[in-house]
Amino acid sequence: MARITVTVNGKSHTSDVEDRTLLVHYLREQLSLTGTHIGCDTSQCGACVVVVDGQSVKSCTTLAARCDHAHVTTIEGLAQEGNLHPLQEGFWECHGLQCGFCTPGMIMSAYDLLQQNPNPSDDEVRHGLEGNLCRCTGYHNIVRAVQYAAAKMRGEEVSAPNV
Amino acid sequence: MTSETTTPMIGRAIKRREDPKLITGQGNFLDDVKLNGMTHAAVLRSPYAHARILSIDTQKAAALPGVVAVFVGKDLLDVNPLPCAWPAGGFKNNMNTPRAMAVDVVRFVGEAVAVVIAEDRFIARDAIDLIDVDYEPLAVVVDPEKATQPGAPQLHENAPNNVVVEWSAGNREGTNRAVASADVVVKERIINQRLMATPMETRGSIARYESSTNEFTLWTSSQAPHVMRLLLTAFVFGIPETKLRVIAPNVGGGFGQKIFVYPDMVFCMWISRKIGRPVKFVEDRSENFKSSTHGRDHVTDVELSGTRDGHITGLRVKTYAGLGAYLSTIAPGVATTLYGRIITGVYKIPNVSIDVIATYTNTAMVDAYRGAGRPEASYLIERIVDRFAAELGMDPAEVRRRNFIPPTEFPYDNGLGLLPYDSGNYAPALDKALANVGYADLRKEQATLRAQGRYLGIGISSYVEICGVAPTAWANGQGWGAGLWESANVRIHLTGQVVVTTGSLPHGQGVETTFAQIVADELGVPYDSVLIEHSDTAGTPFGYGTYGSRSLAVGGTAMVKSARKIKEKAKRLAAHLLEANPEDMIFADGKISVKGSPDKSKTFGEIALYASVGASMPDGEEPFLDETTYYDPPNCTFPFGTHISVVEVFPDTGAVEVKRYVAVDDVGNIINPRIVHGQLHGGIAQGMAQALFENAVYDDNGQLLAGTLMDYAIPNAGMLPDFEISHTVTPSPVNPLGVKGAGEAGTIGSAQCIMNAVIDALSPFGVRHMQMPATPEKIWHATRG
Repeated sequence: MARITVTVNGKSHTSDVEDRTLLVHYLREQLSLTGTHIGCDTSQCGACVVVVDGQSVKSCTTLAARCDHAHVTTIEGLAQEGNLHPLQEGFWECHGLQCGFCTPGMIMSAYDLLQQNPNPSDDEVRHGLEGNLCRCTGYHNIVRAVQYAAAKMRGEEVSAPNV
Repeated sequence: MTSETTTPMIGRAIKRREDPKLITGQGNFLDDVKLNGMTHAAVLRSPYAHARILSIDTQKAAALPGVVAVFVGKDLLDVNPLPCAWPAGGFKNNMNTPRAMAVDVVRFVGEAVAVVIAEDRFIARDAIDLIDVDYEPLAVVVDPEKATQPGAPQLHENAPNNVVVEWSAGNREGTNRAVASADVVVKERIINQRLMATPMETRGSIARYESSTNEFTLWTSSQAPHVMRLLLTAFVFGIPETKLRVIAPNVGGGFGQKIFVYPDMVFCMWISRKIGRPVKFVEDRSENFKSSTHGRDHVTDVELSGTRDGHITGLRVKTYAGLGAYLSTIAPGVATTLYGRIITGVYKIPNVSIDVIATYTNTAMVDAYRGAGRPEASYLIERIVDRFAAELGMDPAEVRRRNFIPPTEFPYDNGLGLLPYDSGNYAPALDKALANVGYADLRKEQATLRAQGRYLGIGISSYVEICGVAPTAWANGQGWGAGLWESANVRIHLTGQVVVTTGSLPHGQGVETTFAQIVADELGVPYDSVLIEHSDTAGTPFGYGTYGSRSLAVGGTAMVKSARKIKEKAKRLAAHLLEANPEDMIFADGKISVKGSPDKSKTFGEIALYASVGASMPDGEEPFLDETTYYDPPNCTFPFGTHISVVEVFPDTGAVEVKRYVAVDDVGNIINPRIVHGQLHGGIAQGMAQALFENAVYDDNGQLLAGTLMDYAIPNAGMLPDFEISHTVTPSPVNPLGVKGAGEAGTIGSAQCIMNAVIDALSPFGVRHMQMPATPEKIWHATRG
């Protein structure tokens, strides 16, 4: 058992966690932040991606005990003061989700991607999201959604592509 | 509600009302549900594909601190095995369905053997490892054809040669003559490999039992909550249907896998009653792969006969369809009716004969997976037609065109026992796809590149499929054991808000949005005033659920019909208030007015208020605007289209690059283009994945080699191209919306589109067929003879 202090979405939590507790289980079971999902058991699907100290990680492969003093952002912490993050807006506007199960992890990975590369090509978006699986969309609209957000974050005028 | 004119919503690409919760982490999926006192289940699964259980020792597991109880199959003998609802082909005595847990014999790797209940899921998983099972391994068969051969291991005593059913359709003698006398006959063995649906949310169940009322509540990730309630109560538990409420929370993808009744539903309910506490079970991914249903698994010999000028004269098909170790809920019908009756695709073929031998094998159950029978049919016919074109040296587009069912022949009876195809006009979709892809120029480019040692391939697929399978009477004739209508209740509340409840439900399709668009237009009310309620057997009328691309064509039509009944009643009430004749009332722009006297009118809101209060109703009228429809369509709908892909294969590595994917889909009238495009994108991706990546392969011992997402290659974003989607629009005459269905069309059109392109690219190497998936290894070998 370890005692950790973690800042999650700007709020500090001090918790006792089993040594084996994974970050995703800590977030979901102990903090009831169920927006972060579990879609596999081999770290392939990326439904569990959160941002830890500025970098996207698969929270199913991260021990909670390792996150002592870390700053964690989950999908629940992305909208600020009631305003959707441009990525959330982009996914909504561009129909970048269907069942929505992969979406939190997909958005958190895209968040990291756009931090590193604010002006990606479509190909760079596709390869940047290779660690996140979506079974519904075929990714076409996810690429559009990330580009929507990228343009908006660069301060450009944006709108969803026509269909 | 106001009387102002509302903007028509049908045809608008509005964004989805489902999304705000899903993009902010507020979705409520099964594993997000927590109940007071909830316990957690973990399942011990068989590591053997076929074995006798000699003994199970659960003592150590039961003694682990935090473990509440351990159960084995023998504990649950007081409930029945799961039902099979579609014994297509009329078989009776060899219907072998699974129990909640195996009792004496396990028949596939992953079959449940014991369940541990613990205070948390981690303790439950720890305890699983402490259970000791003594197995006597038995001989194994995994191939659906080998299962029928003499000496093959037998799975069930009542199924000699492991045959579930032998089913046939068409004209055997005529076909034999046509094939025997033809100028040209092409034949292939074509395998449609086993796939796994892989919804990103796995399956699971949470059951709670109230001892004071003997009532269960079951939360389960399901496409058909009312059907689950029916099957679990009337067939498995033998309790009144009213003693179970089923709730599907947000469902994280289904693709067919979540239609069916599963063992975890049963053991969670049974154990919650036994221990007096709620029980939760959520599969991990490898459990989903091993023990939830798979799709496809056909081995087919096909012969197509024709003339030298490209006219098809005959089609003879023999398919072995693996259904797994037991029958899943609708498995036999998928391998027969939904496959064999549409085997001719978009072509007019005078002589057709098909035999399907469905078999038991030591594998996970096979049932409907996106497309369910129609992808197998369209893959088969489109592959063999391409093979025919190659044999003749004729352009594959031209061969297709010469054999299309002419538009003048609809409704068209293909002679295979379907109701007639409702509508179709295939050449314009082909022409549009050829134009969109720039076909003539591509063929020139292909020739140029070949001269440079580069291998471009162009693949064409013209498909037709079946959506909204109906009517019930026809389906019953196919062995379907229930109805195929759908329900919708529409109520107008006092404030004018419209509440729609339905047995249809979404698991990603966005039908809350689409349904609200339809109802808003039909009633002339603002879109935002329409609420769609679904997914809970409490508060929704009985309905058959969402599968087979039926939600819009069947459920949406039920809504339209209910809304029309509401309008009729509103007219009667307005006529009463205005002292006019109901026949003279006009319902338009949110108002009910007297014909010829537009100033004599009541707004729909005024009528809603009047009816909801109900203080002075006319004689014979009840208060409230509340109408229900149970809509049983007169026929299925038959979406169609042509897809064309352009690939390059690289002989040095065997890699395939999909350079273009052009789809022209005719799904009838389109309510929300953005949603329809999304459905097509996802569908195409899954067919493309079958062509290039996915293979749920078992070894000869019945071990699932593709048991995790490390081994089963569902594509990531870097593995797929953009999709170029457009349409022709041939409204369906079957329903008043003129809609057909779009959820499966992409999958049904795409696998053969990619394979035809890959094989076209490889034709200089003498390749005429290749089994899916077209992996780099296969291609590398093919380019080396």
